[in-house]
Amino acid sequence: MASQIYPAIADGILVGGVYALMAVGLTLIFGVLDIINVAQGILVVIGGYLSYVLSVHLHIDLFLGLLITVPVMFGLGLVIHTVVIRPLRGSERTSMSLLACFAVAIIGEGVLYAVFGADVVTLHASYTQSSFQIAGYYITDIYLYCFLLALALVAVIYLLLYRTRFGRSVRATMQDPVAARLVGININRVAALTFGLGVAVTAAGGMAFGATSGGFNPNSGYDLISRLLAIVILGGLGSIGGALVAAVFMITLESVVDIWSPSWAVAVFYVALVVVLTVRPAGLFGRAAVRAQ
Amino acid sequence: MTPSAVRQAAARAARPRRGPPGFSGLPARPLLIAAGVLAVVAAGVLFPVAFPSPVATTYGFDTLIFVACASAWNLFSGYSGYLSLGHAVFFGSGVYAVAVGAQDWHLTGTGVFGLLPLAAAVGGGIAIPLGLVALRVRRHTFVVITIAFFFIFQLMAFNLAFTGGTSGLVAPILNWSGATYNNPFYYAALLLAGATVAVSWLIRRARFGLHLRAIRDDEDRARGLGVPALRVKLAAFVVSGAITGLAGGLWYYFIGAAAPQSAFDPLFDLSLALMAFFGGLGTVAGPVLGALVLEPAQQWLTARFTSNYLSEILLGVLFLVVIIFMPRGVLPTASERLARWRAAWRRRREPGAETRP
Repeated sequence: MASQIYPAIADGILVGGVYALMAVGLTLIFGVLDIINVAQGILVVIGGYLSYVLSVHLHIDLFLGLLITVPVMFGLGLVIHTVVIRPLRGSERTSMSLLACFAVAIIGEGVLYAVFGADVVTLHASYTQSSFQIAGYYITDIYLYCFLLALALVAVIYLLLYRTRFGRSVRATMQDPVAARLVGININRVAALTFGLGVAVTAAGGMAFGATSGGFNPNSGYDLISRLLAIVILGGLGSIGGALVAAVFMITLESVVDIWSPSWAVAVFYVALVVVLTVRPAGLFGRAAVRAQ
Repeated sequence: MTPSAVRQAAARAARPRRGPPGFSGLPARPLLIAAGVLAVVAAGVLFPVAFPSPVATTYGFDTLIFVACASAWNLFSGYSGYLSLGHAVFFGSGVYAVAVGAQDWHLTGTGVFGLLPLAAAVGGGIAIPLGLVALRVRRHTFVVITIAFFFIFQLMAFNLAFTGGTSGLVAPILNWSGATYNNPFYYAALLLAGATVAVSWLIRRARFGLHLRAIRDDEDRARGLGVPALRVKLAAFVVSGAITGLAGGLWYYFIGAAAPQSAFDPLFDLSLALMAFFGGLGTVAGPVLGALVLEPAQQWLTARFTSNYLSEILLGVLFLVVIIFMPRGVLPTASERLARWRAAWRRRREPGAETRP
């Protein structure tokens, strides 16, 4: 049994890092804009398909391709924010934005089906199959690379948030949008850039997801977003540290449960979510204010 | 009347009515509304007579199921402001309640319809524990919890032994003649839809509905004023779940099969919300209008373009257009326009009284 559990834990932590990256984007968007971007799942899949197109048709390395796909996804994020999110006003804005993001997800899924069909696609490179041995267990190279990539990007986001002027205005907006505006922060610009940033990470997330999962198709968006939502709610909406911890914890747990029952492993997410929220409605690391209407 | 008084009166008339819109969001005109309701009911009853082809009655049945479900969704989510994106849980539970019951008790023929109350009981019964957990949290977290419930239930339908897994269950065959096969289903759905709209209207008029809307506007204040918030929300959730479960049971006999993907369909959740938003969230007639317009439109698109994807894209685009340009729905937006036009018209009829400010 131990021979299965340790690799499962290792895989869980490595893949959990990738989910943490995607979840950080989601929770950032929530923190600044007060909306849940339920399109995040399909955006990850779009990021994956972008990497797929680049590697299959243009023979660009998966990691090098990120130099192209990340700006593209950033641009897509800005477009979505301008066209869909920004026009929403009024008291129903919160619920409307959720539905609007859902609509974006449906459109994205439809477009992907129309372009790529329903076939499952995998990302290939020389390092997606090779593995190395550590303490008697095998770990696939790509898992480690993707984990390191996610780690690096989360570090970049951290530095951006805590060491730059832009980051300070983002955090100010997260704390109190009205006060932030009063001290001269251009909230609309901060919101647009944050949304772009939150979507940009899906380019890397999509590549890592496509390379570490067994493959994906346009339908994978549902699976992804349901996990990501569980992660950010568990971690506490708007809490970046919470998202990191929850992502690694949940994916590891799923990976371990998967040894016994692959078909029920996914249920772990939702059951954990329901249990935690019954005890702590604001999530593990959430502020109580999240609960206020 | 002094000019300033007239101006004030005109401004009052021109001002869109504050607060949540009523039956339709249109200014209250009891006679007009009664006539409209009668016309819609008559159209509903006569539809299979006018269009007896099975294709038409199938469209009609589907649309009526969505009228019922969207109204049921609205009487919880629209009135209370708690958006549920997990109503397929109730629908699917109703489907499987009837499917498993019919299989285990070896029911055949019309006897299976006796199980419909079971579908309602299961839908409403499931809403109690789910509501007790989910209704403790608000806004985004509530929405996400309902989505989580949805995935748990879909997963159970896939993996539990008694649901038949991926292949699902098949309904007992009814030996009715093909030409009129749809009609009993159609009228049952019409009855269900009519009853649901009536329940929705009654709830809205009652203290119950007032409590729900108070919760939507400001839950903490409502609680402070003595609204038993959790009990009220839970009651609405249960009523909504029971109706949706019943609709699921009826739908199961009509389709003749239950599969996890179709009984627990994420697009179902979204469609209900879209229909209610389209017509006017929190109004009685809004979800009805939404379902009457959108369900046939979607069916037609799917039939017309054969590929699901195009209809999916169009559905998403339509959704966005409604949300961005008519954020309060068609009926309330129309009522505002109407009020403004009427005020302008009145001003034109009494040109002497109106001095331009």
